Amino acid sequence: MSILKARETILAGAILALLLLIATRFPAFVSPGNLAAVFNDTSPLILLALGQMVVILTKCIDLSVAANLALTGMCTAMLNIAFPGLPVAALLLIAVALGTVMGMINGLLVWKLDIPSIVVTLGTMTIFRGIIFLISEGKWVNSHEMSDAFKAFPRAELLGLPMLSWIAIVTVAAFFVLMTRTALGRAVYAVGGNPNAAVYTGIDVGRTRFAAYTISGALAGLTGYLWVSRYAVAYVDIAGGFELDTVAAAVIGGVSIAGGIGSVAGAVLGALFLGVIKNALPVVGISPFWQLAISGAAIILAVAFNAKAGKTKGRIILRKAETAA
Amino acid sequence: MLMQTDTRADTRPDPAVMARPTPVLALDGITKTFPGVRALSNVTLKLYAGEVTALVGENGAGKSTVVKTLTGIYQPSAGRILLDGKEIRFASAQAAADAGITAIHQETVLFDELSVAENIFLGHAPRGRFGLIDWAQTHARAREILQGIGSDLAPTARLRDLGIASKHMVAIARALSIDARVVIMDEPTAALSHKEIHELYELVDTLKAQGKAILFISHKFDEIFRIADNYTVFRDGQFIGDGRIEDTDNDALVQMMVGREVAHVFPKRSPSHGDDVLSVTDYSHPTEFEDISFSLKQGEILGFYGLVGAGRSEVMQSLFGITRPSGGAIRIDGAAQQIRSPAEAIAAGIVYVPEDRGHQGAITALPIFQNVTLPSLGRTSRRGFLRLAEEFALARQYCERLELRAASLDTELGTLSGGNQQKVVIAKWLATQPRVIILDEPTKGIDIGSKAAVHDFMAELAAQGLAVIMVSSEIPEVLGMSDRIIVMREGRMAAELSGDEMTPETLVRHAAGITQALTETRT
Repeated sequence: MSILKARETILAGAILALLLLIATRFPAFVSPGNLAAVFNDTSPLILLALGQMVVILTKCIDLSVAANLALTGMCTAMLNIAFPGLPVAALLLIAVALGTVMGMINGLLVWKLDIPSIVVTLGTMTIFRGIIFLISEGKWVNSHEMSDAFKAFPRAELLGLPMLSWIAIVTVAAFFVLMTRTALGRAVYAVGGNPNAAVYTGIDVGRTRFAAYTISGALAGLTGYLWVSRYAVAYVDIAGGFELDTVAAAVIGGVSIAGGIGSVAGAVLGALFLGVIKNALPVVGISPFWQLAISGAAIILAVAFNAKAGKTKGRIILRKAETAA
Repeated sequence: MLMQTDTRADTRPDPAVMARPTPVLALDGITKTFPGVRALSNVTLKLYAGEVTALVGENGAGKSTVVKTLTGIYQPSAGRILLDGKEIRFASAQAAADAGITAIHQETVLFDELSVAENIFLGHAPRGRFGLIDWAQTHARAREILQGIGSDLAPTARLRDLGIASKHMVAIARALSIDARVVIMDEPTAALSHKEIHELYELVDTLKAQGKAILFISHKFDEIFRIADNYTVFRDGQFIGDGRIEDTDNDALVQMMVGREVAHVFPKRSPSHGDDVLSVTDYSHPTEFEDISFSLKQGEILGFYGLVGAGRSEVMQSLFGITRPSGGAIRIDGAAQQIRSPAEAIAAGIVYVPEDRGHQGAITALPIFQNVTLPSLGRTSRRGFLRLAEEFALARQYCERLELRAASLDTELGTLSGGNQQKVVIAKWLATQPRVIILDEPTKGIDIGSKAAVHDFMAELAAQGLAVIMVSSEIPEVLGMSDRIIVMREGRMAAELSGDEMTPETLVRHAAGITQALTETRT
């Protein structure tokens, strides 16, 4: 546990150092208002990274989250056009339900057919994008077609923060409880930590993975509506490639790609790290290419660091290795 | 009877020994130690050209370690390996192969997607110009080798299209594709049918005629007496004796394998037991076991003995709901139970402590207390939420009972030693408050002191009214701990022994399938 905590402390320190570095040249960036804006901008990534974290903890991966988000977003946008009177609460419910169903499809395929998760979700990712094309006929849903209530919800402020931020905060809190205080959360860690041992402990590995995908899908659906209403546009390719950002956030946050190790705080910090870089670089005047390169370097550094931290746990047999290390 | 119990006895001028030619390959005083374990202790083994030497010993006698030493996978800690009387060192598996030593393992690694010839020559295919593989020669030589062992398989056939017996032929051909002088066969008949076994015997005769020295490892006495010329017996990593097969018989070999002395004292236990807790009738599985029937009383320890692969663990895993049986019934306290998953088994009061605790027992990345409470979370939760204080209390209660030494129950399980991890795994199962506990090889790979502690603890569990099933391959342990013993062989119950019937000899006989008739004809 102390290692995990240390890992998250180091990441939080890195984010603070990054902010301080930026502050020396652009003090406005670290003003409370701007930091809140950065957090709000990072909220969709935080939501999806949490879902991705749960899936990765069970030794799986969900590449279909961004496609799920885009399909749900398109569905809610088209519903809004067809039934402009539909209240936002109903839209939120529909979005979560749609995303949940898509997550359940992933989960069932991984569970019942025992297909590797990367293949299953690569397939469903493509299928979900294809369905968007079919229902929208490749057309965009633009801002003027959406109702004002539809667009207003994520921006609506409560105690100075937009709803989008509040949803992220509430979800983070709920996930903290889920992962540390429920049998499902514990089962997720056990399944990823040692699937064989989990079976012998009476945990149904397939069912637990199904639950993880369902959670990931529900979050993708929720984020689908928030994304489309925030940017006020829906089309086939929204959030294209975003699934890899969610994996990156989880991995930078110390979630082991081999499963079983990771925390809610880590995933959130990983997402915030990427969010700060994404928002700071244009301010500093560095090209988007460097943003990609820095994100990539952060992933490799994080994984290398975690692998090294994991290795020292082993028994040192050679005396010379002990002195060398 | 020839029973040399000391390796130095070989150096005495014995006319029979003097007259023998120099062994092709010999182990002289080989010792192999691993941290905390002495796998081989000053052992001797001689292999002669054109002769079959059977290596005989119980599970854990050190046979696999010998094979790995001969094939260059392990380096001996002390002693000499002699090739044609000259000392040699095998720095790697390649070096042993270059010296003409080849092994056919129980489960040979072959590649399904490659052809027969590619499988045979993978890694050492004949090369043509520019170092490219000479396919014509590869196929020709593959055909030659296959014909040499009486097989007419096409070298171009894809392995995935072949049956098990044909694959086995390919494995043998692969072993012979290096110009082998010494062929090691490690339980080669374990997976073969009756007919295939006879074909294998013919193959062994062919190899003998070609002058190859053969080391034949087998548990089956009938085949040892059928094909071996010499025997060597190991016990607990020690050389016990060797000689010509015609100078010995079943009884003498069994005596040498099991020894007589019982090394350590087992806890005294009460002979009286309570009511039947578990009863299993006609329990069967499509491929692993058949017609298993037994009952188990409160406070009783039932031993399951058998050779590796006899189906003991498979029965236990099925009782625990890991695999589904094809027939049979389980009753607990007289009530029929359907066990379709480990969760249902735990709910019914059956728990299984697996043999491979690293693989199947411990979740090293989780803290100790979470490992302990994992199957008992229902009891430590309120309205779906875990209560950490209650979890800690439960974990502490059982860890203290097992005298676990750990700085804090909040530390990762992976930071503990193997013995302490074992305690956590057992604490986890006791915390579920089971009726029946199944311990699969509970003392495998742990030192003598810890073994005694585990034995005491088993006796204590039984005294507290638990019904205990112990799967063990160690004869002293099975005899010392069990009230009754079921011997399994090839997926079936070979015998149920109690009281005076429980002797090392009867165990080995039933496990190896030595019939009384066979013994009588030889004595």
